[in-house]
Amino acid sequence: MAEALLEVADLTKRFGGFAALENINLTVSPGDRVGLIGPNGSGKSTLVNCICGTLHNETGTVRFDGAPVDGLKTHERTRLGMARSFQLPRPFTSMTVKDNLRIPLIYTVDARAKSRLSPAELDERCAELLRLVGLEGKAHKWPRDLTQVEMRKLELARAMAAEPKLLMADEAMAGLSHSEVADIVSLLIRLNERGVTIILIEHIMSAVMSFSQRLIVLVSGRKIADGVPQEVIQDPDVVRAYLGQ
Amino acid sequence: MRSSAFLLCAVVVAAVVFGLFRLRGDEYYFFAGYVVLQYIVLATAWNILGGYTGYVNFGSAAFFAIGAYSTVALHKFQPAKWTLSVFGWDVPLGFLDPLFPLPIPVLIVFGGVIAGLVGLGTGYLTLRLRGAFFAIATLALAVVVQTLVTNWDYVGGSRGAYILRPASVPLVGNYIEYLFLIMLFLAVVAVATARAIECSRLGYGFATIRDDELAAEASGVPTLRLKLIATTLSGAFMGMAGAPLPYYVTYLDPASGFSLAYAVNSIAMPLVGGTTTWIGPLVGAILLGTIQQIATVTISSAVNLLIVGLILIAFVIIAPNGLVGLVQGWFRKKDA
Repeated sequence: MAEALLEVADLTKRFGGFAALENINLTVSPGDRVGLIGPNGSGKSTLVNCICGTLHNETGTVRFDGAPVDGLKTHERTRLGMARSFQLPRPFTSMTVKDNLRIPLIYTVDARAKSRLSPAELDERCAELLRLVGLEGKAHKWPRDLTQVEMRKLELARAMAAEPKLLMADEAMAGLSHSEVADIVSLLIRLNERGVTIILIEHIMSAVMSFSQRLIVLVSGRKIADGVPQEVIQDPDVVRAYLGQ
Repeated sequence: MRSSAFLLCAVVVAAVVFGLFRLRGDEYYFFAGYVVLQYIVLATAWNILGGYTGYVNFGSAAFFAIGAYSTVALHKFQPAKWTLSVFGWDVPLGFLDPLFPLPIPVLIVFGGVIAGLVGLGTGYLTLRLRGAFFAIATLALAVVVQTLVTNWDYVGGSRGAYILRPASVPLVGNYIEYLFLIMLFLAVVAVATARAIECSRLGYGFATIRDDELAAEASGVPTLRLKLIATTLSGAFMGMAGAPLPYYVTYLDPASGFSLAYAVNSIAMPLVGGTTTWIGPLVGAILLGTIQQIATVTISSAVNLLIVGLILIAFVIIAPNGLVGLVQGWFRKKDA
């Protein structure tokens, strides 16, 4: 069995007296397509924030690529190969689409390689990323001029610009139409086929089911199910959590 | 334009400005020009942190005064009265006497280094704060530094300190012209540095912090390190702007060194000019600085801050992105 890319062990995160996450254990292997679901407030985004280093967990450990990353800052974890997209798109509004992509190339890829990409190489990489997500021709647009789905694609392209091993897509399809959701799902599958392990945090079940090879369910900060999607959604605990029965 | 070419252009412009002032031959223009140049440095320095990274610093006067008081401290320093203990050996410092009083360029470097270190320390302590909390922390710094200086007898305490400047200097002649020339040089260095930052990877990093710090970290930007660089550079330039002040005013007390005018102008000038580019603080400082100098001789210096306040209100309503933002908006509309 391949060594796990991500291992979360006994992770607990509290906000004052409220336990947002309690004793979360999970492992993700290289190349996995994992769906992470749960009702609002179940701790999905908190878990992503703890894994990325945006939030610090009180107890438990996070190991990435065989090494503990607890105590590392977010940008250090990004340089190790973790990337994320945000629930609400957070583009760099003072920069064009292309410049948004240059940032991870400059600050992550260059820093990792301890060398500098030339301006021509940067342009080439940006063009390739824009082609990958279907934003060709938008390089010189400002984020405010993009549609919702284009903004989501920019968010994913910026995460991919960091050349991650693991991509955590936090509700990358929220607010999109049915065809746009299908567009993003096929994009995520394409990214996975390029060797990127993906954790998809999502409420749209059709998207989760068509994307995920494995499904993890969080409810009230606890992991209640982890397995093959078709089996997990029939789990009585999961049904109760979602339908309130 | 490459940074070296820009620097060359800036030097040429500065030389033309100095030549025109000299042609005019009136000492008052050098007095007034010095203040405008000082504000160019101060506004550019503020903008490195406030404009590029979006961290509003209300404590500009403290960094400026640190530069000014470092000059007072070094001016009053008499090496012959001091000994240095090294491993039990007492080394008299009298051999340093011929070096004192230190020339102004050296004092500027000292002022810059001290203010830069204070900026670094302040940044380390406060940069985990954001928005209004950071701004209030910098305001608190100004109060703390002013209290310390007011109670420091060596630099005159609340009584203030007199600095007797020479009547003239070799090569340049008039001392005010010399101070003007030094501030002109400093303005060129500050503007060229700001522009170089803006066009560099560092500038891109600063802009990501201003736009969205969380997304910046997630993109691999070491935000804390970059913010520390910004506070250090910003503080250093503010300190450098303040270092020649005691020689300009010849009498410095805490009320004038920590004047509200420095704090207000250093914020208002970039806001009026535009905070996202190097040219914004330059335009704002020239505009507001000149208006204030004209008001000083035609109405009263007491109305200076009133004028700044009114202009700032007008700009917040009409051009919230400053003059540069206004012009950029016109061009963008024209292109569309």
